[in-house]
Amino acid sequence: MDLFIAIFTGTVIAATPLIFAALGELVVEKSGVLNLGIEGMMLMGAALAFWAVTAGYPMPVAILAGALAGAAASLLFGVLALTFLTNQYAAGLALAIFGSGVSAFLGRGFGSEPIEALHGINVPVLSDLPLIGPLLFRFDPMVYLALVMFAAISWFLYRTKAGLILRTIGESPQTSHAIGYPVIRIRYMAVLFGGAMAGLAGAYLSVAYTPLWVENMTAGKGWIALALVVFATWRPLRILLGAWLFGGMTILQLQGQALGLEVPSELLSALPYLATIIVLVLISRNRQMLALHFPASLAKPFRPAG
Amino acid sequence: MRVAAPVLASVLTLVVGSILFASLGHDPLPTLYAFFVEPLNSLNGLSEWLLKASPLILIACGLAIGFRANVWNIGAEGQFTMGAIAASGVGLFWPNPDSVLLLPLMFVAGMGAGMAWAAIPAFLRARMNTNEILVTLMMTYIATLFLSYLVHGPWRDPAGFNYPQTALLPTAALFESFDPAYRLNPSIFITVVAVLVMWLFTDRSFLGYKMSVSGAAPLAARYAGFRESAAVWIGLLAGGAAAGIAGMAEAAGPLGQLSPQISPGYGFAAIIVAFIGRLNAFGIVLGGLLMSLLFLGGEGVQMTLGLPSALTRIFQGILLFFLLAADFFIFYRVRRVRPARDTHALETA
Repeated sequence: MDLFIAIFTGTVIAATPLIFAALGELVVEKSGVLNLGIEGMMLMGAALAFWAVTAGYPMPVAILAGALAGAAASLLFGVLALTFLTNQYAAGLALAIFGSGVSAFLGRGFGSEPIEALHGINVPVLSDLPLIGPLLFRFDPMVYLALVMFAAISWFLYRTKAGLILRTIGESPQTSHAIGYPVIRIRYMAVLFGGAMAGLAGAYLSVAYTPLWVENMTAGKGWIALALVVFATWRPLRILLGAWLFGGMTILQLQGQALGLEVPSELLSALPYLATIIVLVLISRNRQMLALHFPASLAKPFRPAG
Repeated sequence: MRVAAPVLASVLTLVVGSILFASLGHDPLPTLYAFFVEPLNSLNGLSEWLLKASPLILIACGLAIGFRANVWNIGAEGQFTMGAIAASGVGLFWPNPDSVLLLPLMFVAGMGAGMAWAAIPAFLRARMNTNEILVTLMMTYIATLFLSYLVHGPWRDPAGFNYPQTALLPTAALFESFDPAYRLNPSIFITVVAVLVMWLFTDRSFLGYKMSVSGAAPLAARYAGFRESAAVWIGLLAGGAAAGIAGMAEAAGPLGQLSPQISPGYGFAAIIVAFIGRLNAFGIVLGGLLMSLLFLGGEGVQMTLGLPSALTRIFQGILLFFLLAADFFIFYRVRRVRPARDTHALETA
C-alpha cells in the first residue's frame, strides 16, 4: 500500500510542471502562435525562483518571480514573432538556446546545495485521514494550483467570449481582424501568459520538485510539454491525462531504479523520451483526429492589412 | 541586401556584448578584444578556429538542405553523437587495428549511423505524419543516454582507472594533424567538399530547386508533382549524414576516444549557423567561422578573465534574435500608419 501511495503521489507531482507548461502552450497555440522556446522559459523561471529563495524571499514571491521571468523571456519571442513577423520556429529555437544560456549564467553562483522545498499543505482532519489524507490532501499548494489552472483555462477557452475570440484568432486572424479584434495584442497576451505558465513550471522544478539548481535541469521537459499539446490534440482535459501518463512513466522509471531492475539505468532514463515518440506517432497517424481541434493558423505570421 | 542582416546582427550582438561585459565589471573594449581577436593572434589559435568551424559548417550545410524545404531537423546533436559512437566502435573493435581501411570504414560507419538516426524521424514524418522537430529532439536525448551507457558500461576502458571513457583509438583510426604542434587535421577537407556539394545541390540541381519550392510554396510544389515525402527524406538524411560525418571527424580528430561529453553543442549551434548563412553554402562558411570564434572566445575569456562559460550560449541566442529581427527591416518597408479614426469604435464593438 505504501508503494501504491508513493507511485500515485509521485505521479501527480512529476506531472505538475508538465501541466503548467503544456496548458500555457495550449493557450498560445490556440491563438495561432507556436512558441518552441518552452525549455528556455522554464529554465529562466527555475533560475529566478531558486535565486529568490536563496536570497531570502518568501516562497510565494519566489514562485511569482519565476512566472515573471518566464513571461519576460516570452516577450522576446513575442516581439520577434508578432511584431517582426519572423519565422516562429526559428524565434522559438533562439529563445530555447538563449534561455538555457542566461539561466546557466545566472545560476553559476547558486552552488549545489538543495534548498528547503515548498511544504505540503496540512488541512485539519482531511490531511490526517488514513489513505485519503496522503493520497489527496498533503501535496504542496502548486499541485492544487495546477488543477485550478486546468479548470480555469478549460472554462476560459470554451465558456467565455474572450476564449472564443482567442480561438477565432487562432483559426483565422484575417477574419478576426476584419471584424475588428486586435489580433496582435491578443496574441501578445497569449504569449505572455504561456511564458508565465512555463516560468511557473520551471519554478516548481527548482523550488519544489528537486529542490536544487542544476544547469539545464529541465532535461527536455519543455519539449515534452510541447509534445503533450500535440498528444492532447489541443484539448485541455487530454493535457491533464497526458501529463499524468508521463508523470507515471517518470515515477515507474525511478521506482525501477530503486528496485534494482536488471536493466541499465540509461534505458530507464530514456523511457520518457521513447514514450513521447511512440505517443506522438500513435496520435499523429490519425490525421482527422489531429485536424479536428488544430488551430488553423498555427505558426503562420500575420500582418494586419492596410 | 541579404548580406546586410547578418552584418547588422553581428554588430548589434557586439554592442550588447559590450554592455554585458561592462555590467560584469570588465572594461568592454579589452574584453571584446580578448573575446574576438586574441584567439586568432597565434597559429595555434587559427588552427583551433578552423578545427571548431569545420563541424559547425559541415552540419549546417546538411541541416540547411532540410530547412530550405521546411524540414526541421533540430536533432543534429544526436546524429553527431551516433556518428561518433559508430565510428569509434569501428576504430576500437575492427580486427586489424593497423589497416589503412580503418579511417574510410569509420567514415562510412559515422555517416551511416547519422543517417540511420535521422531516418527514424524521416520515416515517422513521411509515413506517420509525426512532427519531426519533437522526434529529432527526443532522439538526441536518447543518443546522449546511449553514449553514457556505453562509456560507463560495455565500452569502458578496463585500463582507464574507472573513468567513464573508452580506450584511445589506434593510430590508424586517427586523422594525423598537419603539424604535430597543432590540432588541425585533414578532416577539414571533408567540410570543404561538403560546402561545394551543398552549393551544387541547392544552386545547380533540379532536385535542390524542387526542395526549395516545397519549402517556399508547398501548394505549388504539390501542384507541380514534387513529392513532399521525398523532400522530407532528403532533408533529414542530408542533415543526418553531415552530422554523422562531423561526429566521426571529431572522434577521429581532437577527441581520440569517447567520453560522456563529446560535443560542446555543435549540433544546436549549427542550426544558428545555417540561419546566419541564409541557408546558403558560402554564407554558412562565414557563419561557421563566426560561431567558432564565439566558442573560442568564450573559452578564452573563461580562462584568462574568469568570465562564465555560459556567455557563449547567451551570445549565440542574442545573435540569432538580432538576425531574425534585422530580417524584418530588410525584407519589409516600415511605414508609419496613422490609425483610422473609426478603428477604436470597431475594436470596442
